Amino acid sequence: MSNNKLLLLGDEAIAQGAIDGGLSGVYAYPGTPSTEIMEYVQGSKQAAELNIHRQWSANEKTAMEAAIGMSYAGKRAMVCFKHVGLNVAADAFINASITGVNGGLIVVSADDPSMHSSQNEQDSRFYGKFSMIPILEPANQQEAYDMAYFGFELSERLNVPVLLRITTRLAHSRSGVQRKTIKPQNELRLPSDPRQFVLLPSIARKNYKKLLVSQTAMELEAEKSAFNELIEGTDKSMGIITTGIAYNYLIENYPEHKCPYPVLKIGQYPIPRKQVEELYNSCDKLLILEEGYPIVEEMLKGYLNVGKPILGRLDGTLPRDGELNPNIVAKALGMEVVEGQPVPDVVKNRPPSLCQGCGHRDVYADLNEALKEYGTGRVFSDIGCYTLGALPPFNAINSCVDMGASITMAKGAADAGLVPAVAVIGDSTFTHSGMTGLLDAVIENSPITVIISDNSTTGMTGGQHSSATGRIVDICKGIGVHPDHIRVVTPLRKNHEENVKIIKEELAYNGVSVIIPQRECIQTFARRKKAEKKQANK
Amino acid sequence: MKNDIILAGVGGQGILSIAAAIGLAAVNSNMYIKQAEVHGMSQRGGDVQSHLRISDKPIASDLIPAGKADMIISVEPMEGLRYLPFLGENGWLVTNITPFNNIPDYPEADALMAKIKEVKNHIAIDADALAKEAGSSRASNIVMLGAASLFLDIPFEKIEEGIRQLFGRKGDEIVELNLKALRMGREFSEKNR
Repeated sequence: MSNNKLLLLGDEAIAQGAIDGGLSGVYAYPGTPSTEIMEYVQGSKQAAELNIHRQWSANEKTAMEAAIGMSYAGKRAMVCFKHVGLNVAADAFINASITGVNGGLIVVSADDPSMHSSQNEQDSRFYGKFSMIPILEPANQQEAYDMAYFGFELSERLNVPVLLRITTRLAHSRSGVQRKTIKPQNELRLPSDPRQFVLLPSIARKNYKKLLVSQTAMELEAEKSAFNELIEGTDKSMGIITTGIAYNYLIENYPEHKCPYPVLKIGQYPIPRKQVEELYNSCDKLLILEEGYPIVEEMLKGYLNVGKPILGRLDGTLPRDGELNPNIVAKALGMEVVEGQPVPDVVKNRPPSLCQGCGHRDVYADLNEALKEYGTGRVFSDIGCYTLGALPPFNAINSCVDMGASITMAKGAADAGLVPAVAVIGDSTFTHSGMTGLLDAVIENSPITVIISDNSTTGMTGGQHSSATGRIVDICKGIGVHPDHIRVVTPLRKNHEENVKIIKEELAYNGVSVIIPQRECIQTFARRKKAEKKQANK
Repeated sequence: MKNDIILAGVGGQGILSIAAAIGLAAVNSNMYIKQAEVHGMSQRGGDVQSHLRISDKPIASDLIPAGKADMIISVEPMEGLRYLPFLGENGWLVTNITPFNNIPDYPEADALMAKIKEVKNHIAIDADALAKEAGSSRASNIVMLGAASLFLDIPFEKIEEGIRQLFGRKGDEIVELNLKALRMGREFSEKNR
């Protein structure tokens, strides 16, 4: 490997590829495994010099919409989030395929098969297909760079957004990446058709027909794409189709990486019909290796499953769930897998936990105490560090469904008669999608107690900027929570008794209360102190 | 040549610095590298591992297949044992013996040592004590890197160069401290292999 290559995570390679490909703005909400894309652009000197927009958005939907706006203005935009973030952005995302683009638009969705840090393992390729746009799926860090670099051109040529799908393993793996020449940013330029972005039904119908017609062009693009490759093999008893990173796990099992079977390596969708037919016609059966859902397998198999055998996740040749790896693929190929020694019994599980000294710990100690007289089972939580309050020693929360669900679930439970009902939500999650739910509760004066555990950051993903910092009390007042029932406390052991008393008072109140325990995340606090010390020593 | 290494520890213990130092040394030696690591929720005091692969030929998978790792480097004694199914027959377990105890059922030190000793090729080192001797207990991960360096197909000078690159911005004093920690780890392995 030559020295002029950059050593980059898959996420970082996407960021650098986009910057070099003429990016003018990136919009994102943090979420593992996508967070490092925005962080890389924020830390990039080149991006600063090029004045590329790179602030976090309040949530994935606002990020998606801002990116559409930048595309409308003729510039190249990228929006990044994790797979479940695409659900939040889905309304705008699906419609973006109907508006089409002006400047190139890349939507990066980072999937998490095996749920390393997620609540489901949904496959974003379904959304790409649903939206009828091209999907790019890299197999390695170099392709991650190349796809971000070329994605803008593809988007502009086909007049649709392009979905760049990556999975955890590649997002968080590092390797050498060769850069290309830097492209200039687009000039500011309005859409040539002034009605392109107006989705009134009469216009949307026209745009939708255009999208349907352009499906053929998308398939032709895929058939001639350098990211799709039909690799010859001598043993025609089986043909193999891989998508994305699955190709690596396949060839890992062969000396010199030479697989005896013909392989179709797919990196650009729609799946290239010509190459698929060629492979199918020349082999006795097909094995499909794809990370995530059996999407390609289902498409090729069809409903009646007539014709040659097609093996994959659906027939049990590969597990139906979870991430692939070289051993799972080896077993599917009928190879023997020799493992090392078993894990000794003496090894115990070590689950993640709240940091020592974290303010959320005090919040749960206070809350558990205050709720004693009511019994357990009435605390609805949200997604963030504080979700770890579900585990011992706290066992303090009873739900974690999606961003913002704590307040609305508590409201629904209160509507059902579970009073008091408590919601626990973080400051970043509150502005992400808690505010509207709080408005619902205020409108009906629902008897719920909302704890906004404010650590002034987006903690779980490593301490990114939170849109709510310094604004939570005002937001709650603005939404209409009675000022007497907005209680700001400091979650420290010495305040335990006082805080328990305050929580008890609000639990007894028959309306919407908001308690805001405020103490900075100890991780960002330590980092800030270190930086300040460094600054003072200069 | 190829070195497939599992780096094991607990979130925040500095295994990514070890990976970065080996990575720099590998790149400076014109080798191919892939390094997969854990981010996000698991980092919060949970077990973390990194798959680090270096080779003079292109590398296919970001993950090391089971039974194929040449080495497990563990910055605490229990975490190294967790990845034994990955270790090849002639692979080395290089582990720190100072526990990171943040769970209620953490095993007894003797029970852990007994299991470590059952691994054919192992180095068990009190990296925290050596790091302190070198000047800072925070350098224990670099002691581990030094101990592991004996079994890497990378010239020791390249690893020293990697340390200089990694810590250069923090000043000469920090660089020297870490180089000392590195050499002490290396010396321990030379004597105890």
